[in-house]
Amino acid sequence: MGREPQQVSYTVEQLVSVNPYNPDILTELENYVNEQVSSQTYSLDANLCLLRLYQFDPTRLSIAIVVRILIKALMAMPAPDFSLCLFLIPEPVQADEQIKTLIVLSHYLETARFRQFWDEAAKNHSLLEVVPGFEQAIQAYAIHVLSLSYQKVPRPVLAETINIEGLSLDKFIEYHVANSGWVLEKGTGRSQLIVLPRNEFNHPGLKKNSSDGMPFEHITRIFPVLS
Amino acid sequence: MANSYDYDDASFDSRYARPPSSGQGGGAAAELIYDPNFVPDSVKTFVVHLYRHIREKNVYEIHQMYEGSFQRLSDRMFRENPWPSVEAIAPYVDNDHVFCLLYREMWFRHVYARLAPTGQQRVESWDNYCSLFGVVLHGVVSMQLPNQWLWDMVDEFVYQFQSYCQYRAKLKNKTEEELQLLRQYDQAWNVYGVLNYLQALVEKSAIVDILEREKDGLEQFTATDGYDYEGGTSNVLKMLGYYSMIGLLRVHCLLGDYHTGLKCLGPIDISQQGVYMIVIGSHISIIYHYGFANLMLRRYVEAIREFNKILLYILKYKQYHQKSPQYDQILKKNEQMYALLAICLSLCPQSNIIEENVNIQLRDKYNEKMTKMLRYDDEAYAVYDELFTYACPKFITPSAPVLEESLINYNQDAYRLQLKLFLYEVKQQQSLSGLRSFLKLYSAISIGKLAAYMEVDESTMRTILLAYKHKMHSVDSDGKIIPNADIDFYISEDIIHVVESKPTKHYGDYFLRQVLKFEEMISELDRVKLD
Repeated sequence: MGREPQQVSYTVEQLVSVNPYNPDILTELENYVNEQVSSQTYSLDANLCLLRLYQFDPTRLSIAIVVRILIKALMAMPAPDFSLCLFLIPEPVQADEQIKTLIVLSHYLETARFRQFWDEAAKNHSLLEVVPGFEQAIQAYAIHVLSLSYQKVPRPVLAETINIEGLSLDKFIEYHVANSGWVLEKGTGRSQLIVLPRNEFNHPGLKKNSSDGMPFEHITRIFPVLS
Repeated sequence: MANSYDYDDASFDSRYARPPSSGQGGGAAAELIYDPNFVPDSVKTFVVHLYRHIREKNVYEIHQMYEGSFQRLSDRMFRENPWPSVEAIAPYVDNDHVFCLLYREMWFRHVYARLAPTGQQRVESWDNYCSLFGVVLHGVVSMQLPNQWLWDMVDEFVYQFQSYCQYRAKLKNKTEEELQLLRQYDQAWNVYGVLNYLQALVEKSAIVDILEREKDGLEQFTATDGYDYEGGTSNVLKMLGYYSMIGLLRVHCLLGDYHTGLKCLGPIDISQQGVYMIVIGSHISIIYHYGFANLMLRRYVEAIREFNKILLYILKYKQYHQKSPQYDQILKKNEQMYALLAICLSLCPQSNIIEENVNIQLRDKYNEKMTKMLRYDDEAYAVYDELFTYACPKFITPSAPVLEESLINYNQDAYRLQLKLFLYEVKQQQSLSGLRSFLKLYSAISIGKLAAYMEVDESTMRTILLAYKHKMHSVDSDGKIIPNADIDFYISEDIIHVVESKPTKHYGDYFLRQVLKFEEMISELDRVKLD
């Protein structure tokens, strides 16, 4: 079509915010899903808009597009996007084999059963490989959950969670030591410990005392009183 | 000649009496002769006065007639019949087009409230709303109407839409006539139309801009309750736009799209006083749907906070609404929100976040059920099911029915899907409750020991710990991670260190409110003149 991807996505986002309840934009939204897949971008609002339009007119529902939306939503974890999408997909459609598989994968991720997740993902490689960046996105989610929970995580736990072992794992850890503030330590016995960066979730002392923070505009309300 | 009924109403006319064949006294469900063209004197007076008050922009009087007289007349004379048709009353109000649309809106609302609308009436009501909103959107309306009325319009519009979706999804026992009606008027109450009208009202009224400008002090909106006392310009489009944001939240919840629903509500800041609080119906509707959406998004603490505030508010002020026609609705929503609060607190126990009085009510109603829910056995799921079913919105299937194939009832499909996904979420959180009770007992414990107590292997123990962290940290609309749990922990190699979070007391907020309240009181007292 000769249009730059940047231009197209701008138009679609505009459509979604200005004229979302319009069956005529359905095809554009479907194209936008494919574009999100190929350019590794993501828009929850646009995808929810499309799922709504499918809900309004089930004859136009495309399982292939729904599958892509769901995979993208999985990649957005820890955000609850996958559930948000499921709420809009009718039960008969959820009985589709591919979607059932994705629901199982989501279940494993939601309950932090990473080993089972990676096993199941490997079995369904062909389903997932259509969306580039899937593995990295899930690994990012895995590290996020580890960062919420651990100050110091044993190497085998890390390995299982992100599904990387041996030399690749060494390289991976090296990269994050250099770029994300990870530190290597020796644990009990001969095991390796990875010290994750401090945040308010794994270091209680850092919890921001937000109790009395108030936006300035609230204070301005009593200025007339004070003067 | 029919027997006359023993009413004390002087304007009672024999045309509403029972036919001679029926028995004496009241109670028997005989056919009342309804003549849509007959206008009793009291109705004549009513429409003439209402029309005059609207022309004179006397909002107070309009409100009195709308809330008071209309209800009284409905109670006395139109318990089992509709009001006179709009054609019959039109001559008394100069055949004013807009007044007739307003009258018809009230007419249909009365039918929905007291009688059972027919398919034909449902379709006609849709046409009326299209005309009414069309007039408003064209910007030609100059009247000022009470906020209560404008809220009721939007509220009723969404309600009738939901009712119609339920109606047309029940195909099994429909007569051929009814099916023919559905085929013929397939555009009535179509979901695109409903959403687009609400969206149009929001946009045309520029209400989002008004609220933005108000923050910068460039506009008076909340301070005047949305009315324009000085200029006398119409408040109708503005307020319909405002209330339509709440309408959009509601429709999106009915569809199961909680994220977009909350987005539609974005311009309204519910942490502040606002116009949404003026009409108690709108206040309750906002918080109920906001809380429910947050519950489905796993933002439990946010939901609990808002339910707590509104339940306290209702506790304090419901006595003032006892005579109002909305009283039953208020009570119903009150009960539903207690059920939702019970669910939230079972999934995400908190200490000291609920007001004492609300807590007492909650324990009164749901103590046993909450204990059951925490046990996570089969009975627990039954209780979650029961409470969710009681308290959830009436979900709808928005698509048009397929009238050619076998006719079944599918009006429950949407609700069943939401329930199923909700219970699925509850199941995923099954082991978290057990973990929490153990964490409460220790300040530090090794993973191995805890695994032994919980009768799982170490690997599963780590999984449960991670799952707890994930489920108890929600993601807000800006992507920020919000902790929800009152008991938290961090792990160092294989020791779990338990952290109990102290509830934050918002002193600053409290003082601010008190300062403003006292200032108001002082200026009130200053105004008192002692003779």
